[in-house]
Amino acid sequence: MNVLERVVWDAIEITVAGERAICDPSGALFLPADGVLVVSDLHLETGSSYARRGSFLPPYDTMATLRRLQTVIARLQPSAVISLGDSFHDAGGSGRMPEIFRDHLLALMGGRDWFWVAGNHDPVPPEGLPGRSVSELALGSLVFRHEPLRGAEGEIAGHLHPGARIVQRGRSVRRACFACDGARMVMPAFGSLTGTLNVLDRAFAGLFSPDSLMAYMLGQDRVYPISGGQLRA
Amino acid sequence: MLLIAPTGAGKTLAGFLPSLVDLAERPKRRPGQAHGGIHTLYISPLKALAVDIQRNLTKPVEEIGLDIRIETRTGDTPAHKRQRQKYAPPDILLTTPEQLALLIATAEAERFFAGLRYIVLDELHSLVTSKRGHLLSLGLARVRRLTRGAISIGLSATVAEPDDLRRWLVDQSPPGFMADIVVVGGGAKPEITILETEERVPWSGHSARYAVPAIYEAIKQHKTTLLFVNTRSQAEFLFRELWHINEDNLPIALHHGSLDVAQRRKVEKAMETNSLRAIVATSTLDLGIDWGDVDLVVHVGAPKGASRLAQRIGRSNHRMDEPSRAILVPANRFEVMECRAALEANYLGAQDTPPLAKGSLDVLAQHVLGRACAGPFDEEEFFAEVRSAAPYAGLGRATFSRVVEFVATGGYALKTYERYAKIRRMKDGRWRVSNFNVAQQYRLNVGTIVEAPMLNVRLTRRQGAGGNVRGGLLLGQVEEYFLETLAHGDTFAFSGRILRFEGIRENEAFVTNAAGQDAMVPSYAGGKFPLSTYLAGEVRAMLADPSRWKALPDQVSDWLRIQQEKSVLPRKEDLLVETFPRGNRFYMVAYPFEGRLAHQTLGMLLTRRLDRFGARPLGFVATDYSLGIWALEDMGRMIRRGQLSLGRLFDEDMLGEDLESWLADSWLLKRTFRNCAVISGLVERNHPGKEKTGRQVTVSADLIYDVLRTHEPDHILLQATWNDAATGLLDIGRLGEMLSRIRGRIMHKDLERISPLAVPVMLEIGREQVPGSANESLLGEAAESLIEEAMGRA
Repeated sequence: MNVLERVVWDAIEITVAGERAICDPSGALFLPADGVLVVSDLHLETGSSYARRGSFLPPYDTMATLRRLQTVIARLQPSAVISLGDSFHDAGGSGRMPEIFRDHLLALMGGRDWFWVAGNHDPVPPEGLPGRSVSELALGSLVFRHEPLRGAEGEIAGHLHPGARIVQRGRSVRRACFACDGARMVMPAFGSLTGTLNVLDRAFAGLFSPDSLMAYMLGQDRVYPISGGQLRA
Repeated sequence: MLLIAPTGAGKTLAGFLPSLVDLAERPKRRPGQAHGGIHTLYISPLKALAVDIQRNLTKPVEEIGLDIRIETRTGDTPAHKRQRQKYAPPDILLTTPEQLALLIATAEAERFFAGLRYIVLDELHSLVTSKRGHLLSLGLARVRRLTRGAISIGLSATVAEPDDLRRWLVDQSPPGFMADIVVVGGGAKPEITILETEERVPWSGHSARYAVPAIYEAIKQHKTTLLFVNTRSQAEFLFRELWHINEDNLPIALHHGSLDVAQRRKVEKAMETNSLRAIVATSTLDLGIDWGDVDLVVHVGAPKGASRLAQRIGRSNHRMDEPSRAILVPANRFEVMECRAALEANYLGAQDTPPLAKGSLDVLAQHVLGRACAGPFDEEEFFAEVRSAAPYAGLGRATFSRVVEFVATGGYALKTYERYAKIRRMKDGRWRVSNFNVAQQYRLNVGTIVEAPMLNVRLTRRQGAGGNVRGGLLLGQVEEYFLETLAHGDTFAFSGRILRFEGIRENEAFVTNAAGQDAMVPSYAGGKFPLSTYLAGEVRAMLADPSRWKALPDQVSDWLRIQQEKSVLPRKEDLLVETFPRGNRFYMVAYPFEGRLAHQTLGMLLTRRLDRFGARPLGFVATDYSLGIWALEDMGRMIRRGQLSLGRLFDEDMLGEDLESWLADSWLLKRTFRNCAVISGLVERNHPGKEKTGRQVTVSADLIYDVLRTHEPDHILLQATWNDAATGLLDIGRLGEMLSRIRGRIMHKDLERISPLAVPVMLEIGREQVPGSANESLLGEAAESLIEEAMGRA
């Protein structure tokens, strides 16, 4: 059973496989015991990825994502950052990144450990950026990998961009969320142009124990814990 | 040449006459001689209309024995036939605006249109008011450049400003030039009556349930009855109510745009063979298709516009010499007055078709790319061509350049997409497409109709979790946002049945029959028209003049008399504002009569201002006639004490900063942006079968909007969005006119209790909800139960 311990400022502290973890309204996860910040699915350079195919999305998504990342790093001062895969929208993304954004990213990386976990969009290490590239990473009882594995315990994953929907007073509200059943978690996508996939979608089938599934939905400046039974497909 | 004639006058055939004469006189093509281009181009807003015209035209042509090839080209035309049409063009091509856009975007366009003599534009009044009209006007500007000397013939129903159409038809260089006009007189006057009833006419609502038995009687007394309603949910409701009392088992059918195409075609076929006694329809049947022998039109709900009423009544009989018969059925008391006003307008021949809007920039962006696909263009020359289309006659040079830049690389201040440009400047300064793929992509995105995300509705037999059901009869499509508010087991009316919602899977919603259960009638508002300015003015005039109440039924004139006793009735140009307490809240009701859209915008802005004045407003509701706001503070007392000035509250300056700050995060603007993004080619259109393959990787237009607004708020596409919203969903122009009209003319009445005139809008409270910024509090509410539970146990 996943026990909600307390509401920490605007964030919410929970336990995953016995480890304390704070779900931040920005969509980042903070592990206070080790000072580790986890972000998933940054999808940097999404705009330019589409532009290559003739859809000129605003070229500001990388800037927007980095600024949000900068804010949360400044607030929590992590000693290490794990970027949980799909850090770039495609394998060429890091190579295409304009100089100003690259400098911004380098500034954020300075003075802390940085781990690039490989994702399906970016299976190869980013071009010309420091940090360690890994396929997965273990820390205490937790394991960090991009795509969730069925049957895994203590796993923090991304990839699926979980979102949740509630209907209250005949109105429907859909938000990105942390999906967690106390034993494992799928993190929301952090990127500025990333969509969501409903946690009740088939793609999530078999990952969580249905009785203890919680969606920690991202509000404007706080996180709303919603139990699985209240969610709508 | 503009030909204006009422329905049934045979104007379509008349439009073809000059072309047929010319074709009959031309020398025969000798065997072996190369095919020329097309001789006559016919454009209609509906595919079905093109097919219909082909049938009606081929018959006389064959009877006379003319050697003329007449062919249609629509989205349904098979690829091999389209290919053949390109190298062996028919003499007369019947097609749609989208197909024209595709035809001119090819290298062969020049040859295809070189010999064009006549362009016939059918139902022009309905084409010109939309973005499709903008696309068509640009297409015609192109065609005029390719042919030199083709004659345009516009066919239109009666409109308020025929000169707008006359300009629209011809090259606007020099600006202001107008086509000749021929007006055919009105034929027999229609016989229109307002349904008389002993039943009580409801205060509010749109169902007209009280009138259903009387409507049924009318159907029984006529051969074929066409029943028009304003929204799809009204259609569903009326259809069901009629079948409830259909003891004689009369064949009554339902027809609206959300139903499956196959079902619609079946109804249309039955209509042609006169095997139906009645058909309940929304605007899908508005246009000039000839449907069997209709001898009665019943209009349920107010027609919202006098011209719309005239066109709908034109459906019946469809012959010039016999009068049409029509019955108007008002659904509530305000509608009684509106029907009365529409009826009088009809006899006076008053017209209130909407004014033409300026050409939209997203459509222009689409056209620019299409132009490049046909071959290199010179920007200056092309600008002159675009300005020759009436909707773009006022387009500025700088704006045009920004649109071209947008097409080339997205038009952003941050220039990072140069290397991906879709169109590039050549050495001689002309623009050309970068590669073959661009043209391919363009062809997939042509058109200006952007559907709201819809889900198929499939009827299955199995009840239970939506997860395992599959297959079943396709009933039609319903907007995703409506289905999303349903929970498993909820019932709703659709396709003439009561359905139980089982669940959503991929892009399909599964439902089962729920016959015998009560329905939560669909609240989705497909096809809602705002009240026309003309009718609004007439209703205000009627209110202000007791001598005109004689024409109204007793219960309505009594209602107005009591209002006069208890409160006051506003003079025609005045705005009445009433305040009164009720329960533990305080209400303010204003009666601008400017239509729901303008009232909705006004409501948003007034609540913001009332909040600043300290009145603590809680919400509002808007109808076509009035606006009701409720608050925690006594607004009547605040006005009496001078703490709140109505003059300041209703000041026109609300359309400045207040409007902008509200809009920043409004769903209205996001929805408009989505359409602009698709039409302009910023995001690709969803194609059937392609969508929903991975929701998490598709980039939503809402997110693009947020990023763009934050980082480049004056981007050309945001400008296009703003222009659209101001004329469309927000109706800002109309609101602005009203605010300036009522300056210094606000009548305030502070009452102890609700007034008779306020009852209709008060009854809407709770029925209508205003989407605002409440999403966060809804999340909070949902989370609360859990926090309580968790905290309690901890």
